[in-house]
Amino acid sequence: MVSVCFYFQVHQPFRIRKYSIFDIGRTKDYFSDNSETDLNNKRIIEKVSQKCYLPANAVLLDALKNNPKFKVSFSFSGVVLEQFEKFAPQVLESFRKLVDTGRVEVLSETYHHSLAYLFSKGEFREQVKLHEEKIKDVFGVKPKVFRNTELIYQDSLAREVEALGYKGVLSEGPDFLLGWRSPNFVYRAPKTNGLKILLKNYRLSDDIAFRFSEKSWKEWPLDAAKFASWISAVNGCGQVVNLFMDYETFGEHQWEDTGIFEFLKHLPSEILKHPDNDFKTPSEAIESYEDVGEFSSPNFISWADVERDLSAWLGNDMQKAAIQRIYSLGHNVKKTNNPELIEKWRKLQTSDHFYYMCTKWFSDGDVHKYFNPYESPYEAFISYMNVLHDLELEVKEKLSHAPEISHF
Amino acid sequence: MVRVLMFGWEFPPYNSGGLGTACEGLTRGLSHSNVDVVFVLPKKVDLDVDYIKVIFGDCESNHYVVNSLLEAYSTLNSYEGRLFFNDEKGRKIYGRNLLEEVERYAEIAREIAKKENFDIIHAHDWLTAKAAMAAKAVSGKHFILHIHATEFDRSFEGGINKEIYKIEKKGMEAADLVLAVSNYTRKKIIKHYGIPSEKVRVVHNAIDFENYALEKMHELKKNNKIVLFLGRLTLQKGPDYFVRAAKRVLEHYPDVVFVVAGSGDMESQIIRLAAELGISHKFIFAGFLRGEDKRAAYQMADLYVMPSVSEPFGLTPLESLMHGTPVLISKQSGVSEVLSNCLKADFWDVDDIANKIVAVLRYNALKRSLQENGIKEVSRMSWDEPARRCVDIYDELLRGEK
Repeated sequence: MVSVCFYFQVHQPFRIRKYSIFDIGRTKDYFSDNSETDLNNKRIIEKVSQKCYLPANAVLLDALKNNPKFKVSFSFSGVVLEQFEKFAPQVLESFRKLVDTGRVEVLSETYHHSLAYLFSKGEFREQVKLHEEKIKDVFGVKPKVFRNTELIYQDSLAREVEALGYKGVLSEGPDFLLGWRSPNFVYRAPKTNGLKILLKNYRLSDDIAFRFSEKSWKEWPLDAAKFASWISAVNGCGQVVNLFMDYETFGEHQWEDTGIFEFLKHLPSEILKHPDNDFKTPSEAIESYEDVGEFSSPNFISWADVERDLSAWLGNDMQKAAIQRIYSLGHNVKKTNNPELIEKWRKLQTSDHFYYMCTKWFSDGDVHKYFNPYESPYEAFISYMNVLHDLELEVKEKLSHAPEISHF
Repeated sequence: MVRVLMFGWEFPPYNSGGLGTACEGLTRGLSHSNVDVVFVLPKKVDLDVDYIKVIFGDCESNHYVVNSLLEAYSTLNSYEGRLFFNDEKGRKIYGRNLLEEVERYAEIAREIAKKENFDIIHAHDWLTAKAAMAAKAVSGKHFILHIHATEFDRSFEGGINKEIYKIEKKGMEAADLVLAVSNYTRKKIIKHYGIPSEKVRVVHNAIDFENYALEKMHELKKNNKIVLFLGRLTLQKGPDYFVRAAKRVLEHYPDVVFVVAGSGDMESQIIRLAAELGISHKFIFAGFLRGEDKRAAYQMADLYVMPSVSEPFGLTPLESLMHGTPVLISKQSGVSEVLSNCLKADFWDVDDIANKIVAVLRYNALKRSLQENGIKEVSRMSWDEPARRCVDIYDELLRGEK
């Protein structure tokens, strides 16, 4: 028996507008850019909705109707749900329809798609809680399985997640940790009460997410039947194939003309043609299969790049300076007790802001491979730091006006 | 020891044009030749010079309080409406009638000449000519009139101001010798003012860098960041955008000095623009640099800015990065096609240029990242690659011949 476990990540950050020193102290709205650039969040949401969310949801809804055994899971960041509510309520509605089938699981994450776990456990817990409330509010469900931002994972995270009451966690399944072992089994986290881990099968996941339209790839063109045969081949050497990817793969990263929607449409029935295959959501996979052993990751891993580490967000001096500054503001920001300020501060924690400052591939001159709404990582850093400067001034101002609490 | 009574209008950093810069260089040079200079300025400014004695026309101690505003490059018409000469507190003062100011200055000069000891009178341009003539009248000493620009340079097709022309001509006639800053100017003096050629000598302007600008940069580096412009001072290189961006930068980041290294036909315009904007004191005009001086300038700078309006390629940013200094280049340059690890801005977007300059000065992490990645990027470049491409092209042609 092989179960296919799909998890699609749905996320869009509140991108920071081009924010110069001349905006400091003047422009209070950091996230609304009305330009024709990719910094205009409304424009992005509308574009990706048309290219990906709406058509992909339609394909999935059909597939769920036509294949009673088909199941998937999603993780939505709180900030993308907020943007759907604001800019594209019809998209939210189409996601609700999927969840309402009862065969679509919603996972837990930090509301702000942040790196809070690395810098402040307290803030991390608050954001997980905020996310839980949002999911309850939007979909009426309570997530049971956790996935951290960008699949960032370490042994200690498993313990934290278990303490928060989740019964499973998702992680990348990199070769350097698995060695001879296969990602196609359920594992358990060390030093926990048996918290189960689902590991991403990065080869099969990336066949869809990255290689699908690559004409130089020997398997190109990939169709649903061929992919289903690879799944079937796991029978006898694995129990669950975890296909984890960004939902934007469908229509945004792989454009419609690559045939990606046709692929998605036929994949469930092709996979189910083999009687020993089925689909499971993450919590079903965790319940159905015993763990085969411990999976330990003493260092932080992620699903990003070939390195599968934190270097996409924390690889250079700018990223470190920016992230240290945002978290060092935390204490004072919370002291203001001003919900609006605290929310702004949290939106600035979204991991994408630091990703845009990454210089790893930039020096290779191939900027096209590198998705960045800013002209360069340096521009991203400048706008971000100027915004923090403004936030800091506002926090100082709020605190200086706050009545002193006396301790009698 | 020769003692010179020199009449000037302005002196750096409170200068609106090249005249002040020339006076500073000349007086410094004279001090090295053991010449004592008593330098007269019409108005009190906060100067820190130790190699000359400076007398201000409006100082209480001189008892000749004249609220004079004298501006080197003004013609009468433009003077009335202009307000760009700043005092040491950055205030802008209106002048009244320029000719009136010139007369007042002559009155002060007469009194000063009575009190001071000197052997020679040296005056610069028409605005000081009357003062010098007055000084000569009371002292009987030799009088040299140094011409940096004539009315024919200041007025274009529109015609010259006759009053100014008259003062210039009178001054030249009254002078024992007339100095011209170039042969070009000397010819004009002879042709338009009818001054006998044997009375007109050429003394070219110069610039001291090694012992002056570099030294000053070193000293300023202790408490300031340094932003460098290095290139010809021509329209194409956009030095005016550099100066305008500097003004915006200083509103947000005061501890910075802007070094302009280069010469060209916009030099006086650029010096003047800095004065107009009230930021002359934040500028060092280092002149044309080469060799070791250029290296030193790159190395001292925290950021190199190339705001070229049009630049077929632009090698200087690569030079700068080789010296470990990050760069901000205009998008209108060829080099921006090949260089990734740098900051880029449209040359006309003064605010964006200023924003990026301030960011580099403020955020060390940005400066470091630009430095490290920039050096890596330029060190991967070499002429081998373009040479290989040429070889390929040769091959292609030669194969075609067979």
